[in-house]
Amino acid sequence: MRLDVVLRVVTKLMLPFMLVFAIYVQFHGDYGPGGGFQAGVIAAAALILYALMFGLSAAMRVVPTWLVEKMIPIGVMIYAGTGVVSMFLHENFLDYDALNHHSHVHAQEWGVFIVEVGVFVTVSSTMIAIFYAFGGRGR
Amino acid sequence: MIEHHLPVLIVLVPLFGALLSSLTHRGSIAWGVALLATVLTLAGAIALLARVTHEGVISYEIGGWAPPVGIEYRVDMANALVILIVASIAAVIVPYARVSVAREIAADQHAWFYTMYLLCVTGLIGIAVTGDAFNAFVFLEVSSLATYTLIALGPSRRSLLSAYQYLIMGTIGATFYIIGVGLLLTITGTLNFVDLAARIADTQYDQALLAAFAFITVGIGLKLALFPLHVWLPNAYAKAPSTGTALLASTATKVAVYLLVRIYFSVFGVDKIIGDIPVLELLLILSIAAMFFASIVAVFEKNVKRLLAYSSVAQVGYMILGVSMATTTALTGTLVHLANHALMKGAAFLAIGAVAYQLGSVSLDRMKGVGRVMPITMGCFVVAGLSLIGVPGTVGFISKYYLVIAAFEKGWWWLAFLIVASSLIAVFYVGRVVEVAWFSAPDTEAAELRDPPLLMLVPTIILAAACVFFGVDASLTAGLAEGAANVLFGGYQ
Repeated sequence: MRLDVVLRVVTKLMLPFMLVFAIYVQFHGDYGPGGGFQAGVIAAAALILYALMFGLSAAMRVVPTWLVEKMIPIGVMIYAGTGVVSMFLHENFLDYDALNHHSHVHAQEWGVFIVEVGVFVTVSSTMIAIFYAFGGRGR
Repeated sequence: MIEHHLPVLIVLVPLFGALLSSLTHRGSIAWGVALLATVLTLAGAIALLARVTHEGVISYEIGGWAPPVGIEYRVDMANALVILIVASIAAVIVPYARVSVAREIAADQHAWFYTMYLLCVTGLIGIAVTGDAFNAFVFLEVSSLATYTLIALGPSRRSLLSAYQYLIMGTIGATFYIIGVGLLLTITGTLNFVDLAARIADTQYDQALLAAFAFITVGIGLKLALFPLHVWLPNAYAKAPSTGTALLASTATKVAVYLLVRIYFSVFGVDKIIGDIPVLELLLILSIAAMFFASIVAVFEKNVKRLLAYSSVAQVGYMILGVSMATTTALTGTLVHLANHALMKGAAFLAIGAVAYQLGSVSLDRMKGVGRVMPITMGCFVVAGLSLIGVPGTVGFISKYYLVIAAFEKGWWWLAFLIVASSLIAVFYVGRVVEVAWFSAPDTEAAELRDPPLLMLVPTIILAAACVFFGVDASLTAGLAEGAANVLFGGYQ
């Protein structure tokens, strides 16, 4: 166990950068390649790396299974909820123009931003759930 | 305000229901959510149908982006009818699920069952309501993925295998469909059904268009279990939880048939492609093969769920038979059979699910005399069985009446003969179950059975009663189907 000290230290060094990179990809989706899906995968990959190095139970202490199972529908709810909010603001479903009546461009930007948060939540938690399901087999 | 948003609300209500029931983690609360969501969806479907009847076509722009660029939800008589079928079956079955699911599925998975149930309904209604070829694919996947999980939740370990088989076949089907849609997009540059129809009419006959047509036909053919592509269906229906089987058998293949009809007659139109190559003749042969082969296999089947599943393959044959004749009367037959078959198969599978609940088995060997101890349940099964045969006074007769009339209109008296002949085979497979259930004495194990709890009994009775009601007075169903057939043949204005 002690022989993999290099791996452990490097992992601990890399984790914050991976998470920051996930956030960068999330927010940079407006201007270049990226968005909620990719960011969600990167964030989940950070946790999976942690689980590979420190064990599944350590990872499950950080992000417990119940939280993962709640996050999957909550992400979809953020997405669809954005659409419902615009319905309450007298526009069609998912019409982001309802979010800002002064500027069409800003309204679309905000709408996409919130929706991408929903995508991030669902994608990252689904990736983790799949990993937990396979990793937890036979335990 | 609700009026305006109806087309999207009937998709959103079951979707949010699914999300809520997955968040609750308690079976009983999830059931309540499912009941509320399906009843609201049914109310929405009825309101939508009423609005379409009065005002004509309803178009809803998702995200405020006008079609053909944005996704359009477009409701006319045809999909309003399909949506009503799905919504009513889904709402009627939910009370039944409460008792049945409690016995068949582990307690910690009840909430997931209702989540998948509602997601499946979301997907099916979505396919019907959308006017966008790619959006239809997305909903096809939503409903399919939910279906795979529903089947895998079944009581036996074989359920997983059946779900996996269906997963492979279903994915191939969905892939073929999306390849076809992709080809259409490269040829025409659009995904909107109305726009596609207009642009396909302007394009010259070319190989890519033919390939797109072929891919879509095979892809949807897999999904609706058209005869040689039906192998996934019997296992999937036999191994799913009883409630899941009833939902799938009454709705999933119907929506696929609708999608096929929509793409054939509204998007391509009878003159283009369909007029150039003998595709209708091919469908005619396949549907006749389905009517006979699947019925004959059903006669020799010992597991009643599988028997009914093979009967479904045969019944899909009748629906495609109507498509292959390509006249308004025949298409009316197809569409009225969508509704009628949903009622009869729903009633039959609910009744058999009740037997499975009480007896723990649906094998013919163990069902001796079940009818005598569970008279109401098996009485409903007999009504559903008579409908499958097509006895006058039941819904099955109405569907076959339209198909036979359509065959005579074309001068195909031999086809009318084949329709009647294939119905006679149904007498045998229904008769075998009836004989075992009613005309043999119950053994010691069966003698102690009773009719299931009211929650299971009432939905079964409702569907069986509907089989008789709409068989005697078909003005509603046949009227709607005729309107829908006219809309589909009229093309997009």
